[in-house]
Formats: sequence, structure tokens, C-alpha cells
Amino acid sequence: MTSAPMTELDGLPLLAGLSHDQRAALAGIARHEDYEPGARLFEEGRLADRCWVVTAGCAVVDTDIPGRGRTVVQSVGPGELLGWSWLVPPYRWHFGASIAAPTSAVVVDALDLRRLADADPVLGYRMSRILVEALLNRLQATRIRLLDLYRHPDGD
Amino acid sequence: MATDPWLPVAHRVRRRRVETKDSATLVLAPVADRLPVFRPGQFAMLYAHGIGEVPISISDIPAGGVLVHTIRAVGAVSRALHSAEPGAVLGVRGPFGTAWDVDRAEGGDLLLVAGGIGLAPLRPALRHALEHRSSYRRVTLVVGARTPSDLLYDDELRHWDSLADVDVVVTVDHAADGWTGRVGVVTEPLASIPLDATRTTAMLCGPEPMMRYCARTLLGRGVPDEGVQVSLERNMQCGTGVCGHCQLGPLLLCRDGPVVDLPVATPLMLVKEL
Amino acid sequence: MVIPNSTNGLGDAVLDLDGLDALIGALRADGHLVIGPVLRDNAITLAEVESVVDLPAGWGVDAGPGRYRVRRRSDDAVFGHSAGPQSWKSFLHPSRRTLVSSDSGGFHVPDEPAAKYAFLGARACDIAAIAKLTQVLRSTGRTPFVVAAQCTEPGEVCFCASMRTGPAVESGYDVALTERIDDEGHRFLASAGTPAGAALLARLPGRAAQERDVVLAESDVAAAADRMGRVMPEVDLRALLAASRDSAHWESVAQRCLTCGNCTMVCPTCFCATTEDVTDLSGGHAERAQRWASCFEIDFSGLHGGAVRTSGASRYRQWMTHKLGTWHDQFGTSGCVGCGRCIAWCPVGIDITAEAAALTDLLGGRP
Repeated sequence: MTSAPMTELDGLPLLAGLSHDQRAALAGIARHEDYEPGARLFEEGRLADRCWVVTAGCAVVDTDIPGRGRTVVQSVGPGELLGWSWLVPPYRWHFGASIAAPTSAVVVDALDLRRLADADPVLGYRMSRILVEALLNRLQATRIRLLDLYRHPDGD
Repeated sequence: MATDPWLPVAHRVRRRRVETKDSATLVLAPVADRLPVFRPGQFAMLYAHGIGEVPISISDIPAGGVLVHTIRAVGAVSRALHSAEPGAVLGVRGPFGTAWDVDRAEGGDLLLVAGGIGLAPLRPALRHALEHRSSYRRVTLVVGARTPSDLLYDDELRHWDSLADVDVVVTVDHAADGWTGRVGVVTEPLASIPLDATRTTAMLCGPEPMMRYCARTLLGRGVPDEGVQVSLERNMQCGTGVCGHCQLGPLLLCRDGPVVDLPVATPLMLVKEL
Repeated sequence: MVIPNSTNGLGDAVLDLDGLDALIGALRADGHLVIGPVLRDNAITLAEVESVVDLPAGWGVDAGPGRYRVRRRSDDAVFGHSAGPQSWKSFLHPSRRTLVSSDSGGFHVPDEPAAKYAFLGARACDIAAIAKLTQVLRSTGRTPFVVAAQCTEPGEVCFCASMRTGPAVESGYDVALTERIDDEGHRFLASAGTPAGAALLARLPGRAAQERDVVLAESDVAAAADRMGRVMPEVDLRALLAASRDSAHWESVAQRCLTCGNCTMVCPTCFCATTEDVTDLSGGHAERAQRWASCFEIDFSGLHGGAVRTSGASRYRQWMTHKLGTWHDQFGTSGCVGCGRCIAWCPVGIDITAEAAALTDLLGGRP
């Protein structure tokens, strides 16, 4: 477990809207993590207490369906956010997540993030904007998937 | 020699390769006469004796007048073509339509985005880029499919992925057991792949909404709209601009398409029922 | 007597009915299948004409939105009618034709000799339509011999003047006839538009035209230009239709339009066609044929199991936009010749000129 270097945060398009100082403040509470394929990041129902920004590799969001087994619903690749349930009560993960390929990520504890936002409301507001935009992109992508555009015209 | 534009030219199925549960690739060799050389993005009208003709994009252009087409069985004619076995004789007319502007992309980055069967018309553009690799800087292929078993050309995808000078991103809408790759729609990787927006030429091919959303993502990243091409589709019957079916506003897609520059395509794609 | 040659403008010869009959006879003797107006089934349609008696002498029409009736004229004019349900496209672009046949021996195109037509009584609007059709289809068989009939009596649905296609024929004809009935008799000023037309006139009985004949004929046609039944708004129609794609107006037309497709059938420039494939019972012999199609057909724009244009509004928009607007983008001219057939033969009387005016008003008069 190492501190996230500034260069790692500076290289994230997700944080491009923050000033250098704001990114430095985040770097102070962020850490760099490396994961091997198969590593389990969180389980459905457990306390949701942190979020990740994948910087390399691939994480997957999944759920267990009796009869279908563990089913992946979404992958999270470089530059994308993983973990949202820490934002709203009851702060429990809705899905599980694991690592699909050798992966690096920047990780931030939810508690540290909330404290930082309370202390610096301007930074807090900027981070909210970033989160909303990422959420919107994820929502729209999910809607496009729901359209099932590649399906056979006969329906199956 | 002025031949009747309606006269199909006989081609024999030399090989048939199953790609997915509903698509197959046919390698067609001319029986006698050859058609003019096809360019990536163009299409042929393939005729199944007694059943009819459908437009199918060229999906590989080997030498000697050999034509390669990947066909998805979605209607009576395409089902007949899809199940044609080696030895069967099909009628072919073409080449028709506009081609991917691979020349415009030279000196810059080439980004190909394929959704579903849309990889078939893009494959010849990618092959062209790989054969002239030094003419391009970064070459990226992004492929989306419904499930892993719906991916076309899986061995070629693996080969392209293994090349050091091509970036390949594959994503599926629904994962399957054993799939360790991306799960999500093609617009997602487009939002975060390395991209030098102003020197990128993007070629998009797939269902029309997919191309609209991908275009929006790319424009949002600063790719100029003149740098993007899409492949549009409408009912086609003659291929020569005389039957009127393939109209999309001012365009006759058999003549002014299927490859259309985004500035022309966008206003047309946004009109309902055009 | 020999009629002096002249290759352009009005003023070659004056024919009477016998002269017109001789004209028909000469064309037939040359091997032409002469097609002209005939009265049949309560309409003036186009069919083979063997002599002047086959022409609808004394028959005129009463046309308006959704209305076409033949009526008895007070004279015996043979060309005193307009807006018939048929146009010359039936002969240049047949409603059904075999394209290709295939069997174990390969693919074959039909080997039928092209018909040698002479069109008798083609109006300026018709001639403009023939040119447009020939341009689009790039092949309409053998070029027909064209005997034009100059319009002196526009119909109530006519608007060729505002489409700049008439009433005067200026090109695209071999012989042009201007009919006149007055105290001096029932006669036709005949002028040649090509050497072939001049050669034909030279074989016919008649007298040389005097300046008086020419002046009368010219003024009859010029007067027709001022008596058009309606006008198309004087705006850039291509820009108008391009700006109207999202107009609410299409819904209001859709309330009236039955999407019956009559307009496309009677329109002399509508060219859309659909291919059909048939086999014999053994499956050994197959044929591909082409038949007239209409963009109003529910599956005309069929793609992946569904049609792109399903609503009536979108289909009417397609037809009108193509005719007046996108035809320019596709072929460099307007698709409309102002013949007014679509207005007369629309069962609910939709008037393309009124719809263009409505669209113009919605854009504040400036597209």
C-alpha cells in the first residue's frame, strides 16, 4: 500500500477539472494499489466505504444469480470509477466486484473523502460535479446496452 | 463492354466459415468474369437464385477477383446466402457505393469502432491500414458485440490484439462464463482510450444508434466532425440509383453512401423516420 | 405540296385534320407504334392511335382537387384536355418488366427488341417529365419520336408556368402542333424541332405557314401562361423542404392523406420500383422483375424487419420533399413538372402547391 503519486492523479482525465492544489489535496488521502486477477474487492451487502479509480487493467462488477452463478454486469477500465454505494445510505455495496486482469488503481476511503469535502467545500463541489458526470455517463451507457442494439431482428 | 447493370455475375462459394450462431463468411470466386476491384466500405448485391438479392458489404479483398462477405441471416435472402455451401453458385453485382476514406487518415491516427456485424465492413479498412502501417500513426480498433460468442473473426481479433502496433479493445454487452474481458457498451472505452483528437480519423460501423452515441462521445473528446465517417443503411434493391428505395433525405445511399461523412450524416440521423 | 424546311421556332406548316391523319399514317409507315390520347373508361388515357378518328375529338376535361371528369366541348378539338391518369412514363418505364432470368445455364437479360414509339400530343410538362425520367433511369429504351401539342388551354390543376416547364414546348420534340379552331377551320400549326421532324413534315399535305398563323399560335400559347389553374410559391423549394423536415405541418397533411399512392402512380416523373423474384415449380428457372413501387407503400422503406417510415406523415413528407426538394440534390433539377395530375387524382384533393404555400407561411415566407 503506497501513497498515490501526484503523477498518477495528474494523468487522470477524470480529475482534469481540478486545480493542481486540489489534486494534491486528494493525493494526500489517496493510495496506489495493485491487484492480481481473481482478487475480490468487495461483496454485495457489506459496508461500502471506499471508491476506486482504475488506472490500468480491468475490474468487474458482478452479482450472484441462483442457477446462473456469478454474472458480470459491467467492467471498469482505465480512467473509470468503481464503487458508488458509499455515497448514499445505507452505505452497503449493491453488487460485488473483482479483478479480471492485472490492475492498478487509486483508492480513496469514503470517510476521508467526506472529511476533505466538508473542510474544503469548493473542492467538495467540484468532486460532486465529477461524480455526477461519471454517473451520467454510466447511466447513458447502461441505457444503450438496454436497447440491445445487436440483437437479431426476430428478437432473440 | 457495356453490360446490363441488372445482370449478376456468377461466383462460386469456395469456402464457408461459421462466425457466430447467425452469421457466416463466404469466400466467393468468379466462375468466369471478374467484377471491378472493390474498395473497403463498398458493397455488392448478392443474389440467391430464385429468392432475391440483398446488399452485403465487402469484408475482405484478396486478389484475383475473389470476394469475401460475412452474412447475417436475418431474412429470406440472407438466410439462403448464409447457408450456401461450397460449390453453390451465387450472383454478384457491384462494387457499389462509397468507400472508407483511408487516404484521408494517412499521417494521423486511425480509430475504427465496430458494433456487432459492423466489424465486417470495417475489416478491409483495418487490413489496408496494416498493409500500409507506416502511413498511419496510432491504429486502434474498438469492437462491441452482444456476447462473447457473437464476436466475429475471433482468431483474427486475437492476432490483431497480439500486434504491438495496433490497440484492440473488445467489449461485450453481456458476459458469459469464462469471459475475462470488458463488459459494457462501445461508447465506454471510447470515453477513455488514449486519443489525439485533432489528428484522429474515426470510422464507425454498426447499428445507427450505436454510431450516433459513439460520434457524440468522440466529438465530446474534441475529434472534429469532419474526421468521422459512418456507414449508413437503408432498403436497397438496385444498387445503381434507379429504384429510389435507399433514399435518406438528399442522399441515395447506394451512390452517396454507405460511407458518409459525419457532418452530412448527423442532421439526417436526427430526423425521425427519415 | 412540299413544306419548306425550318429547324426551329414556330412557323413551318399548317395542317388540317387530313394532314394530321397523314402524319399519323407516315409515322406508322415508318414502323412507329403511335401512342396518343384516346377516350376510354371515362378518361382520356394513352393508347395506340391508328388514325385521327381515334383521337378524342370534342372531349375536354373538368379537373380540380380530387376531381376529373371528361366533358363534351363545344368544338371538336382533339388536344383540348389535360391531367389524364396516365403519362408517357408507362411506355418509357413500364409498370412491370423482367430484368434478369437465371437457370443452370447462368444469368440472362431478356432479349426483347425495344419498341419504336411515336408519342402524339405530348405537352410541355410531359416532355419535361420525359427528360427527367430519362436522366434518372439512364436508359428508357429507344428514343421516341415526339409530336408535341402546345398548350393553349391549361387545366384547372395546371401549374407548369410556375415550375418553368411550360406551357410552351421549347425543346425535346420532333414536331410541335398548335391546335386552333376558328372561322378559318380546324387546323394545326406544325413546326419541326429536329431534322427528323422537318423530314416528316415535308412528306405531309398542308400549306406553308404565314406570319399570321405563327402570331396567332404564339399568342394562344402565351395567353395560356396567364391562365394557369394554380401556382407554386415563388421560393427556393429545395431550401423550403430542407428547412421543413421537422415541421408540424406534416401531421396536418397526414390527417387527410390516405397514403393510397395515387399521386405516385399518375405522376409522370415518379420512378421508384421494387424488384420481385419468382421461380417455376421445379426451382430451376427463376426470374427477377421490376414493378412500379410507391414510397407510400407501408414496407417501401423496410429494413431489418420493420420500415423506417411507418407514419403517414413521414411518407407524405418523403414524397413531397423528394419531388420538390431532394430531387435537386440527387439529380440537379426539380422532380415536378407542374402537370397537376397528383392534385386531380388524389381522392381527398391534396394540392401540392397549397402544401408548399403552407410550408412557406410556417417559415415566415422565407425558407
